[in-house]
Amino acid sequence: MKTMTMAKAINEGLRATLANDPKSFLMGEDIGALGGVYRVTEGLKKEFGAHRVMDTPLAESGIVGTALGMALRGYRPICEIQFDGFVFPAFNQITTQLAKIHTRSDGQLSAPVVIRIPYGGGIGSIEHHSESPEALFAHTAGLRIITPSNANDAYWMIQQAVQCQDPVIYFEPKRRYWLKGEVDTENSPGDPFKAHVVREGSEATLVVYGPLVPVALAAATAAAEDGHSVEVIDLRSISPIDFDAVEASVNKTGRLVVAHEAPTFGGIGGEIASRISERCFYSLEAPAIRVGGFHMPYPVASVEEHYLPDIDRMLEALDRAFAF
Amino acid sequence: MGAAQQAANGSSRADAGPATSAGSAASGADSPARSQSGRSESARSQSGRSQAGRPQSGESPGVLRSNTVGSDDSVQLLDEHGMLHHDGVFSPYIDKLSPDDLRGFYRDMAFVRRFDTEATALQRQGELALWVPVVGQEAAQIGSGRAMNKADYAFPTYREHGVALTRGLDLADLLKLFRGVSNGGWDPRGTNFHLYTLVLAAQTLHAVGYAMGISRDLAADPATEPAAVVAYFGDGASSEGDVHESMVFASSYDAPVVFFCQNNHWAISVPFEVQSRIPLVNRASGYDIPGIRVDGNDVLAVYAVTQWALEHARNGFGPVLIEASTYRVGAHTTADDPTKYRLNAEEELWKTKDPLQRLETYLRAEKLADDGFFEQLKSDADELAAHVRRATLALDGADIRQKFASVYAQAHPLVAEELAWFENYEASFADAHTQTSETQGGAA
Ligand SMILES: Cc1ncc(C[n+]2csc(CCOP(=O)(O)OP(=O)(O)O)c2C)c(N)n1
Repeated sequence: MKTMTMAKAINEGLRATLANDPKSFLMGEDIGALGGVYRVTEGLKKEFGAHRVMDTPLAESGIVGTALGMALRGYRPICEIQFDGFVFPAFNQITTQLAKIHTRSDGQLSAPVVIRIPYGGGIGSIEHHSESPEALFAHTAGLRIITPSNANDAYWMIQQAVQCQDPVIYFEPKRRYWLKGEVDTENSPGDPFKAHVVREGSEATLVVYGPLVPVALAAATAAAEDGHSVEVIDLRSISPIDFDAVEASVNKTGRLVVAHEAPTFGGIGGEIASRISERCFYSLEAPAIRVGGFHMPYPVASVEEHYLPDIDRMLEALDRAFAF
Repeated sequence: MGAAQQAANGSSRADAGPATSAGSAASGADSPARSQSGRSESARSQSGRSQAGRPQSGESPGVLRSNTVGSDDSVQLLDEHGMLHHDGVFSPYIDKLSPDDLRGFYRDMAFVRRFDTEATALQRQGELALWVPVVGQEAAQIGSGRAMNKADYAFPTYREHGVALTRGLDLADLLKLFRGVSNGGWDPRGTNFHLYTLVLAAQTLHAVGYAMGISRDLAADPATEPAAVVAYFGDGASSEGDVHESMVFASSYDAPVVFFCQNNHWAISVPFEVQSRIPLVNRASGYDIPGIRVDGNDVLAVYAVTQWALEHARNGFGPVLIEASTYRVGAHTTADDPTKYRLNAEEELWKTKDPLQRLETYLRAEKLADDGFFEQLKSDADELAAHVRRATLALDGADIRQKFASVYAQAHPLVAEELAWFENYEASFADAHTQTSETQGGAA
């Protein structure tokens, strides 16, 4: 066991990947000498050379499009998109090309490309640096989307993403880069597409992922002080979603609250609420409730605290669920 | 401005001069050109890399200039009247061709044209959802396709039926896409001919990435067979950002890729002038890569310039842009009506530049082919068309279960869940059907 920050854990995971798989390499803007704007790739260029840690031209469509071509030649590119708001120039390549190459080729070709995207708010940044676009990608069949919430997952899930034969978007909760945790470099936490119950409870299920996991745990602690037992599920994978895990929990607790930073409208929370309503209709004591961002572009930093789901907003949603 | 000025980074090629044999043009003459134009790492890190290497206007750019002929200063070897002209750089590629090769060029072009007629007919008869005709562009496609080695890889758009033929595809497989039974239809790796792409220009980046992969393979294992990639795109697609990004990447990494733009002068109804105010080939210098403009209706010139470009790329000198000036004689697709946007006179003018006609004239004049050859060819082409028709009619609907199976390479629970639901749903009809027939049976 080693204690390290999430950023360091991803860095170590990338290091292990580069060392073990000669076909893997990193590509992105400023990832070489600088080590990325968040220093997630720090030291890797020095260790593996510019050939394996490639500073690319400043062109997101170019990064993802050439990565796809490299994958067709047998390579395993790991692309970094510098910030969530800058993935859109590559949106076309990701959704119309990368996601579809396997099915368009009737299963003959696959594109094991990983796209790392620092995402989410809470760091007081300026526009286009705090967004949560996961639902836009989750809606596209052919992509897999995962997001770690702690250092151990961060270390393992990046390696598992690279080994996956499908394209994987690896959303990194940027405000948790400096969150420290224990990493077990010997034993993997298992299937990256399965959810984890990170706190057991019996009266309500709180489903979260990525940056909101620590917030949800704190909310569950606060709820316990009020005498309520809340189970917290860290989804880990947004496509596929581990509905079985959520179903099992809700059948036990009878209540569901889903929280994410992205706007609630058309978001992942709606998908979970809807499916769980179908699956658990007779177990539910209350309608599934969503907590999320508002239907507005991510607001300026001076008001982001009102936009981001915090402990109080999660508790308010839990109260509503308990009131039924 | 034509091929001459477009050999942008070839300033030192002037020293090598037209006398440089074409075969060694890429390896011998190019190498100093690359370093003089600042391709070396040290020159690169100093400022003024491209300015230093770029010829001043009016300066002779060297090898590619040579004896270039043709009305618009693009490379032309076989003119509209079937007359062969000499070019110091490119003719040697043609001189190596045997009479059989030349007849083969003609055969391929005739086959594609016949195939096209058949596919158009199939569409009109309701057997295809759509067809994308290629008539007029046969030389650009057969010439460039035939220039490729087996290990080279082609990334087409959606109209490269002629290139497909040169890659050994069964042309009937191309129709699976247009008949709606597959979004692919052939084995890209077996043929080194990638799937068609309907999102304009997206494939140019895939081509560059693939080419970067070839460079990596070579660096890791010098025994790797050197190969290059050809990225096809149209004049309309040239306006897409992906084409720009692909050229930036290709130039920055010296990727062995040949950008092959078929400028057929129309992007559906929009004329070329709206895409670019300068010949597309002029853009090459902006990326510090050689550009060659070629008469796209001259199969020999296209073959020669593409060979030159592929050698250049395979030998490690980076990308090349070829602009093949040609014309889409028919409609954009079977859903299009060109009479709404272009003049008959223009179409008639281009018909006089027909790629098949001029090669036929040449073959007859040189006594390389006679009536017997052309008659035999016609019947072979009819046979190909009949095969394509039979194969197309035999293609029945795809199985949606197969579509469920190919969304992901690895198992995905949502897909499994939805497939299970679908199977159940389907089965419920089977039950209903059984019940109905039982009831009916009982009533009878
Ligand atoms: C990204 C994108 N935008 C629009 C279209 C619709 N579209 C199909 S073909 C075409 C014109 C393409 O012209 P060009 O690149 O010159 O190729 P050509 O069809 O003439 O060979 C357009 C606009 C498309 N397929 N993809």
